[in-house]
This record gives sequence, C-alpha cells and structure tokens, in this order.
Amino acid sequence: MIEIKDLHKSYQTGATSLHVLKGINFNVKEGELVSIMGSSGSGKSTLLNILGMLDEADAGSYTLDNVPIKNLNEKIAAQYRNKFLGFIFQSFNLIGYKSALDNVGMPLYYQGMKRKERVERSMAYLEKVGLADWASHLPNELSGGQKQRVAIARALASDPKVLLADEPTGALDTKTSYEVMDLIQGINDEGKTILVVTHEEDIAHMTKRIVNLKDGVIIDDSFVNQVRAKANV
Amino acid sequence: MFSRDKWNEIIESLSSNWFRTILTAFGVFWGIFILVILLAAGKGLENGVKQGFGGMATNSMFMWAQTPSKPYKGLPKGRRYNFKIDDVTAIKDNVRGLKFVSPRNQLGGFGGSNNVIRGLKSGAFNVYGDYPEIIQQQPMDITSGRFLNYNDIDDKRKVAIIGEAVKTTMYDSGEEVLGTYLKINGVNFQVIGTYKKKGNGGGNAEEAQKEIYVPFTAFSQAFNQGDLVGWMAITADSQHSITALKSDVFDVIKKRHNIHPEDTRAIGNFDLFQEFNKINGLFIALKGIAYFVGILILLSGVIGISNIMLIVVKERTNEIGVRRALGATPWSIRGQILLEAIFLTLISGMTGIIAATGVLAIVNSFLDKSNASEMMFINPSVDLGVVIIALIILIISGLLAGFIPAQNAIKIKPVDALRTE
Ligand SMILES: Nc1ncnc2c1ncn2[C@@H]1O[C@H](COP(=O)(O)OP(=O)(O)O)[C@@H](O)[C@H]1O
Ligand SMILES: [Mg+2]
Repeated sequence: MIEIKDLHKSYQTGATSLHVLKGINFNVKEGELVSIMGSSGSGKSTLLNILGMLDEADAGSYTLDNVPIKNLNEKIAAQYRNKFLGFIFQSFNLIGYKSALDNVGMPLYYQGMKRKERVERSMAYLEKVGLADWASHLPNELSGGQKQRVAIARALASDPKVLLADEPTGALDTKTSYEVMDLIQGINDEGKTILVVTHEEDIAHMTKRIVNLKDGVIIDDSFVNQVRAKANV
Repeated sequence: MFSRDKWNEIIESLSSNWFRTILTAFGVFWGIFILVILLAAGKGLENGVKQGFGGMATNSMFMWAQTPSKPYKGLPKGRRYNFKIDDVTAIKDNVRGLKFVSPRNQLGGFGGSNNVIRGLKSGAFNVYGDYPEIIQQQPMDITSGRFLNYNDIDDKRKVAIIGEAVKTTMYDSGEEVLGTYLKINGVNFQVIGTYKKKGNGGGNAEEAQKEIYVPFTAFSQAFNQGDLVGWMAITADSQHSITALKSDVFDVIKKRHNIHPEDTRAIGNFDLFQEFNKINGLFIALKGIAYFVGILILLSGVIGISNIMLIVVKERTNEIGVRRALGATPWSIRGQILLEAIFLTLISGMTGIIAATGVLAIVNSFLDKSNASEMMFINPSVDLGVVIIALIILIISGLLAGFIPAQNAIKIKPVDALRTE
C-alpha cells in the first residue's frame, strides 16, 4: 500500500539547515496497523506529513497504492488527499462553527456529493463511532474523547485507503485514549490500513507493528503482539 | 457555483461574528449611499435647470439683422438692412439639415408702452407674427382653443393666441375669452386660443406668459411690415447640430444682402444648442464629481472589507489547513473567500442603495407638495442604469476586496497552516 525509499527531508531555518529525515525506507501492506515511535523531535510528524501529501520530501520516492506521489500540484494533491487519505490529529481540528454531522461531511462536500446523500453517509459514520445522538452538537459541546471520535468518523467518511493519525491520544487521558484505540483497532479489524504516530509505549503496543525512529533513521521495525485496548478499558 | 452548500458555508462563516460583519459592511453601505444620493441630487438639479428650457427645441438658434461692420461691393459699413421673406425660402433651399426656418416679427417688448386695448383695459405685451412651426420650436401648452395653422397664414386671418398673463390682465376672471377681440396697435384681432409656457430659455417664466401670437402674414399686413422679417427661429434636424450649420445659414444671408464674407457682426444670433451644451457639460462634470467622491468613499469601504477579510483569513489559517487536508483545492478556498467578500459588499451595497432610494422618496414627497415649477430642484432620482452601474462597481469591489485575502489563504502550505496552534 505504502512504499517509501530513501526519503530525505531538511528544514531550513535562517542560515542553519536541520536534516530531519536521513533516508527512510519502509513499506506498509494493506490492512496493517503500524505505529511510528520516537522521542519528541525525532521527525515522526514530518514523516507522516510527507505520507499525507501535506509536505514534500527533498529526495526519495513515495508510492501510494501504486500511484507515484511526486511533484503534485496543489489541486491534484488535494484530490489525492481526499480520495486516498484520512487524517486524525492530536488536537482534533474540528471546525468550530459546524455541527458534528457537518464536520464529518466535509470530505464528502469536497467530493461534490449532494447534501442529502452526504448527510446519510455522515450519519452512518457518526453511528459507527457511537455519536449518532450528538450529530447536531457543535465541537465545543463535546468532550475530548467525543471530539476525537467525530474526527475519526470524518477521516473515515470518504472511505480512504489509509488513515494517518498523529498522536491521536496525545490530548486525552488514559481511559479515553484506550477507548479511542479500541475504535481504531476495530476499524483496522475491518481491513483499513492505519498509521499511528505516538511516543507512548502502551499505545504503540496496541498496534501490530512498531517502527522506531531516531536521529532521522529507522533504528527498529518489528511486528508485536497486539494488545487489545478493550481489555484495558 | 451557487449551490446551497456554498451559500451555507458563506452564511455560516459571516454569521460566526455578526458584530464584526456588520461593522465591516457599514463602510461599503455608506459609500454607495453617498454615491446614489450625490447622483440623484445632480439629477434633481439638472431636471430643475432643464425645465427652464421648457422643452424647447434645443437644437435651435435665433437670428436677426444687425449693421454690417465692413464695407463691401461699394456699400458702406454701418448701413441698415433687413431680412426679407425671400431669405427664408433661400435658406430652406440652400442649407441641408434644417428642420424649421420660422420667420418672426415682433412688436412691443420689455418696458414698452401699452399696445393692446380691450374696452377699458389695456396692457403692454410682446406681439409676435409667427408661423405654425414655432410651437414645435418653443413648446407651449394650449390651454383653450387652438394654435395657428396654415389657413390662418394663407388667409392672413387676424387671429391671436394669448398667454395666460395676457388673459388675466385683459379679462375679468371667469369671462369668456375665445371669440373676443383685442385691439393691437389699433388693429382688431380675434382671440382663438390661450397658452401657458413652462419656461423661456432659462429666462423669465413670468414674462413668457405675456405674449400674443398672430399669423406672420396678418402681422405683416396689419402693421405695414411689407416683406420684412424681424428675426428667424431656425431648428436643425436630429442628424445635424445647429452650431455646425450656422455659418452656412449666415453665408446665404451675406450673399443675398451684399455683406462682406468675413463680417461677423452683421448678423446677430443666439445659439440655444451651444447654451444648452454648456449647461449639459456642467452636469456631466457634476456627475463626474459624484462618481469620484462616491467611489472614493466606496474604496475606503472596500479596503475595510479587505482588511477584515485578511484578519479572518489569518484567524482561520488552521481551519483552512484542515479543509485542505480534507481535500479542498486551492480554488475552492479562494472561491470561498472571494464569494464571502463579494457577498458582503453586495449585501451592504444593496442596503445602501435601498436606504438612499428611501431617503430620495421622502425628499421627493416633500418636493411634490411644494410648487415644483418654481423650483431649481426637481425629482432627484436615480434610474435603473445607475443602480446597475452601482451593482457592477460593487461586484468588482468585492472581487478586489477578496483578492489579496484569498491569495493569502492559499499561500501557506497545508502543513504550516495545520501547525499554527
Ligand atoms: N517547519 C519547520 N521548520 C523548521 N524546523 C521544523 C519544522 N517542522 C519541524 N521542525 C523541526 O524538525 C524536527 C522534527 O519535527 P517533528 O517531525 O514535528 O518531530 P516529532 O513529531 O517527532 O516530535 C524538530 O526538531 C522540529 O523542531
Ligand atoms: Mg509531532
């Protein structure tokens, strides 16, 4: 599903250049649930942003579902993001003046889907994350865990190939974190490919494979026995 | 482009901060309000002044004989000469593009002695010998009876059409006028009509009602004018301006009366077209000033909207980043910002137009109550053309207001937009 080869990325700040990714190689197959670990500042988000086509690598190749991702103009990139990817952020990033339902419907809106169908689809995904009753609520009327569920429903709405989650539990307490991980595991069980960036060991062990990043290179990449979140709730 | 969803998006984001939206809208509201009021005021003044022309055929001139200032063909300067009735036909035959050439003779005038008598009443009035066309050159409302016709001319009938002021001087109120006789310089004329004039070339409206019109031929005969013509009222057709044809007319006269071709003083004239154009030019300038001032004020309103949109875009950087992560193309973001700006300008502008029209309606209802014919200011109004121009200006303004903010909105990379927290 995802193939990256010798990926490099540096940030230019003033006169100094910060080489963040120094040749990353890895592949993710369909249906995998992978966590990317590493200390703060190790380049996890940078990697995920490149995978999410929100940013571009300086060198190396990236293929997503056999489509080479290279030199995309912003319009094509937007369409690819919409079609191929679902994003889950640490800070939820819901649109404050839109109801939960409308937030979930955003990717469908940008697909040009008619309102009626959009509402139906969004409602189905809200149901899936257990928030059907909260459809008309604004984000600030929801708890952190509920917000992240709405965000997950939104990420799923356009039925993307891959979900990219950057510290999805970073802003949540342990109990809520496990509930969210339970949801993510459930989605993965249905076959969705998911990448989770985290720096928490327990969260990482709820995935099936841990990629360890340090000083811009992968120092460890191994499959683990998945800990079911449900058991810990 | 104008799907319900797009509208919802716009309304949602504008209504997320009502107070600011309304404050922003006020600048444009004010600009267009001033523009419309200024244009309407200009129009009102124009209506008032132009009514002074009383619907006169403005493509006209009046022409009379003066004394030649140069000797020519053995004739001395300073001699007297007069237009003759044959001059009229000669002008008609030799100058193309003329609609009417009306010879006139005149008796009396400002401050003249009493020249009209009826029983014990007498008065001093301007008496004109005219052709029927004069009513098309100097319109008047026939308030009773009829105006001159060619039977009157051909039969040299001693008939007269009198002004309302003549009527009030020479008759008791309620007295029958038509069919009665007036003695003009000792000759009896039968009154066959009365008129009322609206204006007189910007001149005195009062004086314009103190005139008596009789057939040119009857005038010549009754007052021993022979074939003399006092002056002429000449109107050009709509394809020509009288100002352009003037010298051709003069040339005909000069040739027939042995006047030096370079003599500019031998023929006197009053060019209504030129005068009218001067006034017209004034109103065009006035309109220009109205647009200038209005658009400047509007511009400051537009800059206000642009400013607020910039702040809005800045505030919404994160939201824009999220939208782009979810698949919003640059054009959909840009389009949204532009539409918001246009929508805001249009709504506030339209409110301004409506408010201005309301104010004008109130002003008009007051003006209507006062005697409008005495006013310099009549029916200040804006026509549909002005409203359409204003709307076009508004849409363009909205585009301008939204352009920089829209560019700003997509300038930031999605990653950077998402990072700001
Ligand atoms: N836009 C940027 N400009 C300059 N430096 C950046 C930028 N984004 C990230 N960095 C730096 O790159 C390094 C990796 O950042 P990031 O990928 O966010 O790490 P992580 O997500 O693992 O904490 C950090 O040192 C960070 O300061
Ligand atoms: Mg990070």
